Amino acid sequence: MLKINNLHANINGKEILKGINLEIKAGEVHAIMGPNGSGKSTLASVIAGKEDFEVTEGSVELNGEDLSDFAPEVRAHKGVFLSFQYPIEIPGVTVTNFIKTAINETRKAQGMAELPAKEMLHLIREKADLLEIDRKFLSRSLNEGFSGGEKKRNEIFQMAMLEPQLAILDETDSGLDIDALKVVANGVNKLKSEKNAVLLITHYQRLLDYIVPDFVHVLHNGKIVKSGGKELAYELEEKGYDWLK
Amino acid sequence: MELKEKLVSSFLAFENKGNIDLDSTVHAIRLNAINNFEKDGFPTKRDEEWKYTSLNSLLKYDFSLFPNAEKSVGFKNIKDYLINDIDSYTLIFVDGEFNSFLSETTHEDCDVCVMSSALTRPKYKMIIDNYLNTIANKKNSLAELNTAFVKEGAFINIPKNTIVAKPIQIINFSTGNEKEVLLQPRNLVVVGENSHVQIIERHQNISKNTTLTNSVTEIFVHKRAIVDYYKIQNDTNESSLIDSTFISQKQQSIASVNTFSFGGKITRNNLEFYHEGEHITSNLNGISVLNEKQHVDNHTLVDHKSPNCESHELYKGIYADKSVGVFNGKVIVRQAAQKTNAFQQNNSILIDDGATINSKPQLEIFADDVKCSHGCTIGQLDESALFYMQSRGIPKKEAKALLLYAFANDVVEKIKIPQLKALISKLIAKKLNVQLGFEL
Repeated sequence: MLKINNLHANINGKEILKGINLEIKAGEVHAIMGPNGSGKSTLASVIAGKEDFEVTEGSVELNGEDLSDFAPEVRAHKGVFLSFQYPIEIPGVTVTNFIKTAINETRKAQGMAELPAKEMLHLIREKADLLEIDRKFLSRSLNEGFSGGEKKRNEIFQMAMLEPQLAILDETDSGLDIDALKVVANGVNKLKSEKNAVLLITHYQRLLDYIVPDFVHVLHNGKIVKSGGKELAYELEEKGYDWLK
Repeated sequence: MELKEKLVSSFLAFENKGNIDLDSTVHAIRLNAINNFEKDGFPTKRDEEWKYTSLNSLLKYDFSLFPNAEKSVGFKNIKDYLINDIDSYTLIFVDGEFNSFLSETTHEDCDVCVMSSALTRPKYKMIIDNYLNTIANKKNSLAELNTAFVKEGAFINIPKNTIVAKPIQIINFSTGNEKEVLLQPRNLVVVGENSHVQIIERHQNISKNTTLTNSVTEIFVHKRAIVDYYKIQNDTNESSLIDSTFISQKQQSIASVNTFSFGGKITRNNLEFYHEGEHITSNLNGISVLNEKQHVDNHTLVDHKSPNCESHELYKGIYADKSVGVFNGKVIVRQAAQKTNAFQQNNSILIDDGATINSKPQLEIFADDVKCSHGCTIGQLDESALFYMQSRGIPKKEAKALLLYAFANDVVEKIKIPQLKALISKLIAKKLNVQLGFEL
C-alpha cells in the first residue's frame, strides 16, 4: 500500500530525512520508534504533504501512485490520514461542522454526492459511541479548551469518520492517561481491517501493548537503523537507543 | 466650483425651499452648522483624526446635492437588500427621499417615521428641540455639514416601558438617477425608560454611478433602556460612506452597536458613546472583510464620565488584496468615573502583502480605581492550522475560509436577530468566495 523509497527531506536547508525505505502492506501495523530529533514526526508530515518540508530525493507512493505532487488535501482524499501530535484549536467551528466539511469535501473530490444530513448524524453518533465520546463534546469548538486526552480522542474520532486507508498516528499516546489510552487504542483496533494499514509513531513501548504492531522500525538520525518484530520494542524499552547508534 | 463652496452657496436656497419656520430651533441649528462647516471645511490628512483616510478622491466629483428621486423604484429592485424573512418596520429612502409605498411605519405604540415630518409637525417640536443636534460632535465638520442640511432620515421615538415587537430596518438607496450624488440622511432615535428596540441600518447603491453618503445618527438611551443597533456596510465600489453615530446613555442602559463592513470604496465610521449616569453598558463590535482597494476606517470613542460603567469593544478585520483598514479606538475614563470596566480589542488578519491595517488604541484614564485593558493583534493565517485542515481533506481555499470564519465568529455570535446572523454569515462567506456546508 505505502512504499517509501530512499526518501530525503529538508527543512530550511537542513536535511532531516536521509534515505528512508519502508513498505507497508494492507492489513499491517507498523511502529516507528526513535529518540527525540530522529525525524519521526518529519516522516509523518512528509507523508501527509506538509509544504514546509522539501523532498530532495526519493518518493512516497500510495498504491503505486507517487504522492509527491499532491497537496495535503489530495493525499487525504486518496486515503492518507495523519493524527497530529498537537491538534490545532479552531474556535468557532464545532467538531460536528468540521468533520461534516471534511467528509463532504472528500466525497466531492471522489465524485460522490454529499452525505445526507440524517446519515451523517447517524455516522457521527456511531463513531462517537465507539470512542466513548459524549454527544455534548461534538458541539464544542474544535479542540478549543480540550484536554490532551480529549484532543487525541477527537483525532481518532475523525479518523473513524474518514476511514482512511493509511492512518499515521503521531505520538497519539502522549498526554494520555492509561484509561484514555485504552479507549483510543481500542478504537484504533476496532477500525483496523485487512484493507487498511496503521503507522504508529511513538517514543514509548506503552502504546504498543494496546495496539500490537507487526513490525517495529527504529529511526535514528534520519534513517531506519533497525527493523524487527514487536519484540524489538521491548528490547528498546529495556536498553534504550544508545546501543543502536 | 469646489464642493465646499458649492455646498455653502446652496445653503440659502435649501433653507428657503423648505417649510421650516425661520424662528425655529431647526433654523438656528442649521445656520450655526453651516457657519461651522464653512469655517472648518472638509477634513484633510493633516488632521490627526484623518491621518489615514483621505477624502480627496471623493471631493473632486460634481455631486448633485438635491437629487431628483427615482420614482419608479419598486419592491423588486430593493428586496434583495431587505431582510425579508423577519417581520419588521421598514423605512425606505430612495435618493434621499422617503418612499412611503415601500415602507412600513407606525405611530401605534411608538413612532417609527421620518425626520421631514418630525421637523415640521408641532407634535414633535418638543422632541426635536430637546434632542436634535444636542450630542452630535461640533468638532466633526462632516457632522456639521449634515446638520446644516438636516431634512430627511429616520425618526424613531419610543415612549417609556415599550418593547418594540419588531426590528426596524432603515435602508437608504441610491438609484443612479444622477451621475454623482451626495446623500445626507439624518436619523434621530429616542428610546424611553425601560424600552427596547432593535435597529438595522443599511446604505445601498443599486446603480453603477457614484454615491457619497454623509450620514449622522443621534441615539438617546434613557434609564434601563436597551438598544441594539446593526450597521450593514456592503455597498458597491462606487459608493462611499461617512457615518457618524452619537449615543447618549442614561443610567443602567445598555447600548450595542455592531458594524459590519464588507464593501464600499471609502467607509469612515465615527462612533461615539457618552455616559450620563451610572451602571451603563456600552458594546461596540465590528467586523471588516475587505478586498480590492476598499478602505474602512473605524474611529470610536467611549467617554466614561460616571462611576460603575462598562464598555466592551471588539473589532475584527480581514484584509485582502490592497485593502486598507484603520482602527482608532479612544476610551476616556474621567476622574469621576471610578470602578469603570473598559475593554478594547482589535484583531486583524492581513491575507495579502499589499493589505494594510493602521491600528491605534488610545486610553486616557484620569480615575485611579478602574479596570481597563486594550489589545491589538495583527497577524496572518496560521499555516499549521491550514495544514491540519488540509490533512483532513479540506482544500486550502475552504480551509482558509473556515479559519477566517472562525476568526470573525465571536463577533457574529453577538448578533441577536437570527435572520440577520444568517445574512451576515452569508455575506462573509460570499466575500471570502466560498460555499460552506453550514452556518456558524
